Amino acid sequence: MVKRSLAVLVVMAVVLSIALTSGCAKKPQPVTLQMITMKQAAYSDAHISEMVKKFNEANPNITVQVTFVPYESLHDKIVTDLASGQGQYDVVLVDEIWPAEFAASNMVQDITARITPEMKAGVNPALLDILRVGDKYYGIPWILDTKFLFYNKNMLAKAGYTAAPKTWDELVTMAKTLKAKKICDFPIVWSWAQAEAIMCDYAQLVYSYGGDIIAPDGTAKFNQGGALDALKFMIKTLKDGVTNPNSLTYLEEDVRQVFSEGKAAFCLNWTYVYALANDPASSKVAGQVAIAPTPAGKPGTAVGVSGSMGLSLAKSTKHPEEAWKLIVFLTSEANQKLYASDSLPIWKAALDAPDLNAPKELAATLRVQYQAVKGRPQFVIWYNAFSTKAQVALQQALLGKATPEAAMSQLVKDMDSVKK
Amino acid sequence: MSLRLSSPNPRLLRTRVGREERRLIVAFLVPALLVTFGVVLIPLLEALWISFHRYSLTTPGRPFIGLANYSSALVDPGFWAATWRTVYFTLVSTGLELVLGLMIALLLNERFVGRGLLRALVLVPWALPTIVNGMMWRWIFNADYGALNAILLQLGLIKDYQAWLSSPWVAMNCVIFADVWKMTPLVAMLLLANLQVIPAELYEAASIDGAGPLGRFRYVTLPSIRSGILVSLVTRTIEAFKVFDIIFIMTRSGPANGTQTIAYYAYTETFTALQFGKGAALSYLIAVFITLLALVYFRLIREEVQA
Repeated sequence: MVKRSLAVLVVMAVVLSIALTSGCAKKPQPVTLQMITMKQAAYSDAHISEMVKKFNEANPNITVQVTFVPYESLHDKIVTDLASGQGQYDVVLVDEIWPAEFAASNMVQDITARITPEMKAGVNPALLDILRVGDKYYGIPWILDTKFLFYNKNMLAKAGYTAAPKTWDELVTMAKTLKAKKICDFPIVWSWAQAEAIMCDYAQLVYSYGGDIIAPDGTAKFNQGGALDALKFMIKTLKDGVTNPNSLTYLEEDVRQVFSEGKAAFCLNWTYVYALANDPASSKVAGQVAIAPTPAGKPGTAVGVSGSMGLSLAKSTKHPEEAWKLIVFLTSEANQKLYASDSLPIWKAALDAPDLNAPKELAATLRVQYQAVKGRPQFVIWYNAFSTKAQVALQQALLGKATPEAAMSQLVKDMDSVKK
Repeated sequence: MSLRLSSPNPRLLRTRVGREERRLIVAFLVPALLVTFGVVLIPLLEALWISFHRYSLTTPGRPFIGLANYSSALVDPGFWAATWRTVYFTLVSTGLELVLGLMIALLLNERFVGRGLLRALVLVPWALPTIVNGMMWRWIFNADYGALNAILLQLGLIKDYQAWLSSPWVAMNCVIFADVWKMTPLVAMLLLANLQVIPAELYEAASIDGAGPLGRFRYVTLPSIRSGILVSLVTRTIEAFKVFDIIFIMTRSGPANGTQTIAYYAYTETFTALQFGKGAALSYLIAVFITLLALVYFRLIREEVQA
């Protein structure tokens, strides 16, 4: 009796193991991918989860686990994970200001050989370049972004204005009228917190005033000309009482909330605000929000700051093929057109496509603004270290603790320590 | 003292039972030793080794530079500014937590209806995770839709909404306030435990000797809870000196570095600037400061035990 049941067990085990191994040979090995992205601007976490679900359905052997962090934690989280060379992430969301640093510290993969001719021909070349270091590419752009001027049509109409301001001076004049007529206490709100956020607003103003932050050879430009004019403009709007004084503690999300509460008439912010500020579920001013290209500074033309981000393959990924498949899917024209109101597609042809799932004004405004867009000085590998010092210098000038000239010449001195 | 009592009798070790006991002792100690060496000591020594090198993620090579990381930190005005800010944070927050904690403990030690419920409620702020506490106060202090402005305006204490977190010094005090709100209950509970074991006879005797309420507090209560005060002082000072999380959530060290403490400074140097060598050196400097504090307190406690 015992012997017989033992024999049955052995036979069963053999059959089972044959069945299992043959099953494995037919189907590809199940793979789990770890991706890190942000829960903030651009694609919402709900939309990213939808995209990933679709990818999972099309690739049943690949499971994707997504980690969402605030933008402010993204860089440090990636660094702590990948610096050891044994990171858990396969696909990482990389801001356009990080590739030089990440490539130098060997955290992301060179994917030059993976870029297809279709990508070369179809993707906006300026965008494809955000993840290029030298002649190598370290990722594919996923989020196309630049800071637009959002304004409250109803508030402007109450003050007798029918069009968006074309220059920064015009914007301040309008803001002063709004304040005088008690339509809005602090008509302009900015993201001037001690974070990368202030650098984005600052860069857009500097470029609009014809200045520059750092020259291509790494020397300081922020202490002269248009850059100094931009800083003085920022200080003046605070002194005139048209800038919300709490801007010094605000990130982009805070700016969006203040604007959506109907407590500001103007703000600079990323693409995603257009949809959210016009959504009654998250905004008290839905339907009153309009979008315009960035105003111009005095001497030059208007230049928008670029704030695009891309997807990279982590150096330590054990599944580069599957991870690359995910990147190709997420950055594909079809996927990007579907979620275009969060972030417009990186594909040139998609902007004119009839099935572009985004408001017409958004694509039209982008087309105007994208004629002149410039990034922050991401070409230096010490940009992030520089940025932390620059944020403090800018805030010191804004708080009146130092003159613009003194704060910027101190920053020139600080540059020596960050270049190390 | 206790160490000698628990160590095995050397004569016993030579017997069969003794050998078995020794094996057992070794077997029990090995996991603890492995954990201590693997998780604490080895990383600690490795960090010390790294702190003698220029270890930047973005530049290849890791040259030995001796004490250069330490000296560059010690001559950096930013380092000292962060240190003094940390000292301010530590002194004010620990001081307030102690005074308020003592007052709450004295109140909760009295007999009144609902005392049990109140004792439980007092602990709520301490039970909240720091992230929740930080977010909550960030909203309360918000200049445009925060509760603080609304309340103060309705009470007629301010005329216009104030931008609480926009000025460096005010922001620092706002962060201290949030920390005090969270940590006072812990101090109160520690002191309450001390208060509860003071014998009622002591107070009776003091009353008979003619001591009023203040006299009883000065000569009976305070001496009896000295050890409780010391314990809360030690734990809170050292915790406050390492403060990071609540600042990360509320102000991210801004505005203009106004709330940048020394732990935050080390974090920025390490993870934003990717200077791991300097970061390790800074961690050791923080450790030195805390050791100095600990030594002072250790002496105080020893005097306490001897007295």
